[in-house]
Amino acid sequence: MKKLLKNGRVIDPSQNIDETLDILIEDKYISKISEKIIEKEAEIIDCAGFIVSPGFIDMHTHLREPGFEYKETIETGTKAALAGGFTAVASMPNTNPPCDNDSIVRFIKKKSEEAGFARVLPIGSVTKKREGKELAEMGLMAKFGAVAFSDDGSPVASAFVMRKALEYSKTIGKIIIQHAEEPTLFEGGQIHEGIVSTELGLKGIPSQCETIIVKRDIDLCELTSSSIHFAHISTKESLDYIKKAKERGLKISCEVTPHHLILTEEAVRGFNTLAKVNPPLRENKDREALLEGIFNGTVDVIATDHAPHHKDEKDCEFGFAAFGISSLDIAVPALIDFLVQKNGLPLIRFVELLSTNPAEILKLPFGTLKVGSVADITVFSLRHQTTVNPDKFYSLGKNTPFEGKKFSGRIQYTIVEGKVLYNYGKPPKSLHS
Amino acid sequence: MKLKRKDLLDIKSLEKEEILHILETAKGFLDIPTRTVKKVPALKGMTVINCFYEASTRTRTSFELAAKRLSADTINFSSGGSSVEKGETLLDTALNLQAMVPDCIILRHPLSGAPHFLAKKVNCSIVNAGDGTHEHPTQALLDAFTIMEKKGKIENLIVTILGDILHSRVARSNIYCLNKLGAKVRVCGPQTLIPKYIEDLNVEVHNNLEKAVEGADVVMALRIQKERIKGTAFPSIREYFELFGLTEEKLKKAKKDVIIMHPGPMNRGVEISTDVADGPFSVILDQVANGMAIRMAVLYLLLIGRMKSEETS
Repeated sequence: MKKLLKNGRVIDPSQNIDETLDILIEDKYISKISEKIIEKEAEIIDCAGFIVSPGFIDMHTHLREPGFEYKETIETGTKAALAGGFTAVASMPNTNPPCDNDSIVRFIKKKSEEAGFARVLPIGSVTKKREGKELAEMGLMAKFGAVAFSDDGSPVASAFVMRKALEYSKTIGKIIIQHAEEPTLFEGGQIHEGIVSTELGLKGIPSQCETIIVKRDIDLCELTSSSIHFAHISTKESLDYIKKAKERGLKISCEVTPHHLILTEEAVRGFNTLAKVNPPLRENKDREALLEGIFNGTVDVIATDHAPHHKDEKDCEFGFAAFGISSLDIAVPALIDFLVQKNGLPLIRFVELLSTNPAEILKLPFGTLKVGSVADITVFSLRHQTTVNPDKFYSLGKNTPFEGKKFSGRIQYTIVEGKVLYNYGKPPKSLHS
Repeated sequence: MKLKRKDLLDIKSLEKEEILHILETAKGFLDIPTRTVKKVPALKGMTVINCFYEASTRTRTSFELAAKRLSADTINFSSGGSSVEKGETLLDTALNLQAMVPDCIILRHPLSGAPHFLAKKVNCSIVNAGDGTHEHPTQALLDAFTIMEKKGKIENLIVTILGDILHSRVARSNIYCLNKLGAKVRVCGPQTLIPKYIEDLNVEVHNNLEKAVEGADVVMALRIQKERIKGTAFPSIREYFELFGLTEEKLKKAKKDVIIMHPGPMNRGVEISTDVADGPFSVILDQVANGMAIRMAVLYLLLIGRMKSEETS
């Protein structure tokens, strides 16, 4: 079965393409990409007026399974991913049991393949039980499909263990993703330490809680000649360190989340638990620095840090509320609206941040529309609007601070292995359907 | 004139006129405890629930008496010996209480923002009787009332708040209240107990007690929760008292007619010496007496509003 994506504006940073082209898909692969392809047997998918790009890859997702199926499952999370324009999501290992050995990696792969929605790329933990003490079986996990290693949700706090982890991951050939947080500065923290925490009487999490570890890990990277990826960078100072380290030629990359780009600590006022997230929403100077990093190349990736929670875990006293924002369903429309429409980010850079770079950092064969590559493709619109209605989320997590917002930007088709699994307005389909 | 709000959650969201209106109303209630029959029928038939998730003597008693003296029916509910110990959430407890149709829940809670959360969930009035390290609005109102009573005004007075500013809901509420009423507010304590962005709330920060009280009209000492913070916030009680304990000697540079306040409970020999606490400048027990009048005023102004709106609806 052949499919022909007609007349879309094709953006592919991996080939430096930004022009109106047709794409022919044969079997699961891209077989031709050029102007005005004529192929009589092919099913035509009209992409006129839409952007066609390599499938978006979310490097940072919490799918909650195994262990927290009341928050999210692999099935619901990957449906949300498709509806949100992601063809693949990397799942963080803070499940129960944690993904710290190959049997959990295999479980996640099997479950996601059975579900057949977006691809799941398991991230294994750096240390056993995510305790930060002994290295987990990274080699075995990599063999069965782990794409990276992280103790996300917690940092690798010990400098000694981090050093060993960086050295060992270099041996395995997969990157370490650090959740940069100095635990003793974090303890009991609720929101960014700033004017809002002072006014609301909530314990603050200072920016230095992040920057101390970022700085330390850059030094450890230098020591080990390894590479590292920093998850969800939230402060200007962290980004300054990363920028300088990159200029020195160190192999460092980092991601930011949509909510840190769009919101500040002000969103917490009124004790809004939906804006309670870790790392916390920071100050406007931080937000502006992250945005600048998007433009100047310091930021490599935008990742959602999709963190679904049950209603009860947010509908409670602020101090008891869980950290996190459910993001997969609406992250891309929010980013189109904020980055492309409001701030004029070139689309080629936009796609690089959401597809090309995550694929490169995780060493995946995705994130490109080159002939011969797997046909994972996202088709989106700049003209159509998306209204945020958590009740319509495919994710079980309805916890978003963006409820009711109208974003100009919409996902039209999400194509995995050449199959249109998401078509705007219809429920996501499985590869097996 | 009733208050145009359902709840009293914090001072920050109060207008200056509302504060003055509460203070003025409280004046009218001052003499009730001096009568033989210490009761007026203002809130007859209304139900007030005192819901205390944290230990309290003064505030709970004060609210209860205030409600009783306005003829409201009151019940007390504390986290010990209730379903809370069986794991019931605050929301469920409140919804259950709500089903019993109270007119007002007075909430004291160890978490900042708990009353704000409840206020969105129930339709009876919520009065914040202290939430975590956030605010304690009726304390600030009774403090303002006491200052007004002793000084005749608040505008341009220098008020020094001394002690654990970081963890103090009394400090926050007082900073907002005194600023709205035009006082010049200073805070003083070891830097470990001063929140980082407090200057942005329009206060002067001092780490030296003598300088902080220089020319002060009012000095307000706050309780040090010594069990909880000793060791990291300051090395020892002995050192704390040496540097930040309020003594007659250290008060020398304050105004001659300075008044000394404390929200209680006091740690004598920690944040305040017995000489000062019991001395001629101390108005600490007046604060307690005034507290009742303020709480009567708050309950009256909130609940009378409910009565009227229900009657007219």
